[in-house]
Amino acid sequence: MSDQFLFGIEVVINGLMAGVLYALVALGFVLIYKASGIFNYAQGVMALFAAMTLVGVMNGQVPFAHLINSILGTDVHHFGWHIPAVIAILMTMAVMILLAWAVQQLVMRHLVNQEPIILFMATIGLAYFLEGFSDLMWGSEIKKLDVGLPQGGSFWIEEMTAGLGGEGFYGFFIDRLDIVATVIAILLVVALMLFSNYTKEGRALRAVADDHQAALSVGVSLNFIWVLVWSVAGFVALVAGIMWGTKSGVQFSLSLIALKALPVLMLGGFTSIPGAIVGGLIIGVGEKLFEFLLGPALGGATENWFAYVLALVFLVFRPQGLFGDKIIERV
Amino acid sequence: MFYREAGDFSTTYPEDSQTFPIKFDRYRYYVVLAFAFLVVPFIINDYWANAILLPFLIYAIAAIGLNILTGYCGQVSLGTGGFMAVGAYSCYKFMTAFPDLSMFINVLLAGVVTAAVGVLFGLPSLRIKGFYLAVATLAAQFFLVWLFNRVPWFYNYSASGQINAPERTVLGVAVTGPNTSAWAAYLFCLVFCVASAIVARNLTRGSIGRKWMAIRDMDIAAEIIGVNPMKAKLTAFAISSFFVGISGALFFALYLGAVEVGEAFSIQKSFLILFMVIIGGLGSIFGSFAGAAFLVVLPVAMKIVGADMLGMPTDIVAHLQLVVVGALIIVFLILEPHGIAQLWRLAKEKLRLWPFPH
Repeated sequence: MSDQFLFGIEVVINGLMAGVLYALVALGFVLIYKASGIFNYAQGVMALFAAMTLVGVMNGQVPFAHLINSILGTDVHHFGWHIPAVIAILMTMAVMILLAWAVQQLVMRHLVNQEPIILFMATIGLAYFLEGFSDLMWGSEIKKLDVGLPQGGSFWIEEMTAGLGGEGFYGFFIDRLDIVATVIAILLVVALMLFSNYTKEGRALRAVADDHQAALSVGVSLNFIWVLVWSVAGFVALVAGIMWGTKSGVQFSLSLIALKALPVLMLGGFTSIPGAIVGGLIIGVGEKLFEFLLGPALGGATENWFAYVLALVFLVFRPQGLFGDKIIERV
Repeated sequence: MFYREAGDFSTTYPEDSQTFPIKFDRYRYYVVLAFAFLVVPFIINDYWANAILLPFLIYAIAAIGLNILTGYCGQVSLGTGGFMAVGAYSCYKFMTAFPDLSMFINVLLAGVVTAAVGVLFGLPSLRIKGFYLAVATLAAQFFLVWLFNRVPWFYNYSASGQINAPERTVLGVAVTGPNTSAWAAYLFCLVFCVASAIVARNLTRGSIGRKWMAIRDMDIAAEIIGVNPMKAKLTAFAISSFFVGISGALFFALYLGAVEVGEAFSIQKSFLILFMVIIGGLGSIFGSFAGAAFLVVLPVAMKIVGADMLGMPTDIVAHLQLVVVGALIIVFLILEPHGIAQLWRLAKEKLRLWPFPH
């Protein structure tokens, strides 16, 4: 096997891993869209907020410290304790559930029956709000997140595969964090599938997704379901936030992964959970391969737009995405 | 008492179908125009021009453009920033390629180029609808910004990758470059802004505007009653992009003077213009102005109140600004989904009966 070919394979594998991370964010979108028809732009900022809260709780930061100091003239910054990762994650989850409840009570409840574009705009407003709010609460500097996930290249894989190529090939370089992320993503999808198929709440959730009014008429509480959906989306955001935060630090750019998740959604279809996974993998592999093969000729950094153009071209031939429900229009 | 239509009789059809059929509205409009053209240029200074008036006029043009596409034709676009970049860069290319050309023509040509690019990216709208289209327009945003960053021809191989507006004149008066006086830049933008508003207003109440609205309300039904969806959607994309391109050219040449594409025309700009349209009111020309004014004045006002009067650190003010803008958008959507334009309409209805509502 030639070295170039092996590098190609390495690119594909790393693309798959990146795709899993995209899919993690896309999952949150799909969950909310299916259950309430809301295209939740704030999903990426929710991941940022979750990661920031997690770091803040773990390090015992005082929330709103900067604001308090500037108004009262005090100098508080840390409580001076460190909380183990597991407990901190649980506390963050509680915060995310609280956020879900607040969003439902303060925003979405008042926008029932509005056009989808209005709901979409509301979530953009929510994204702005949350972004400013989390900066106010925890400060805007880049933070390191370490919940004990393994990181760095896997030497074992590198040594095992080093023999495949010739002189210039040192084995596949694969980040252990990516492997963990893949495993977690698979677990998450399986758990979500089990939840929506075998629990009472999960069935209610699917019923609401099918038909709001029919679900209401058999006694499903819409309010409860929507809080539930936003909480689950918050949970997915937390997982995505932990993964991306461990990988590249907790910072503003984390919220931009939401934009990366959009082409994934388009490719897979807004309404399909498997679609989000497959779409994520296609985008991940596609953009890495494109950059590898044609990037140098085009001037590099093609990753910025490749996913969108791929999705655009794809949609022209299949407007509802790979796995989306067929769009039926009636007058 | 102040707002009456009694005694206001139209005797001819043109009189009845003019933009402001009520005398009071018409006179108010003339007064505002006269004030903007005859009074403001004499009292304007650099701070007012750069902090409020220029961005207001330029964003208003962009908002009118996006309002045609999203508010009248129902095609949500998140690529406005990218199209503004097309306007800016084509204006720059015209400015440097033909140094003797009037700036007026440069800007119009930039609009034409942007219209062509807009039609190109509007083609998928024939197949893709709704949110899928909104996300598809992101392709335009990211691809165009990348293109202007990576292809040196667009920025004339300058070392910094920036484009700088050289001095160009209209009727012998400099409107771009460092020697521009505030009133010249202001008047230049104002002419474009007023012209855009008049053109847009007349397009949207004519047959083409009715076709757009038919497509917006239900495209299949519109197709059945004989509206050609391809023609309607593509004209909407073309005309909308034309205005957006003009605004991009003005934004670069008159307001900023030097532009780095990733910063000036990022995705944030697309959202900003979309917010203006939503807060101002979808499907309303007046709403485009109201939304632009609101979102231009808000950060300035917050900075004055927060940083200068209350003495808060600037980073906190910046964060608070995000919180306030986000919250305001949500509050607006909850209280009045049709934006400031609808509030204005309601106020007029109230005034018509005031002070004897029964």
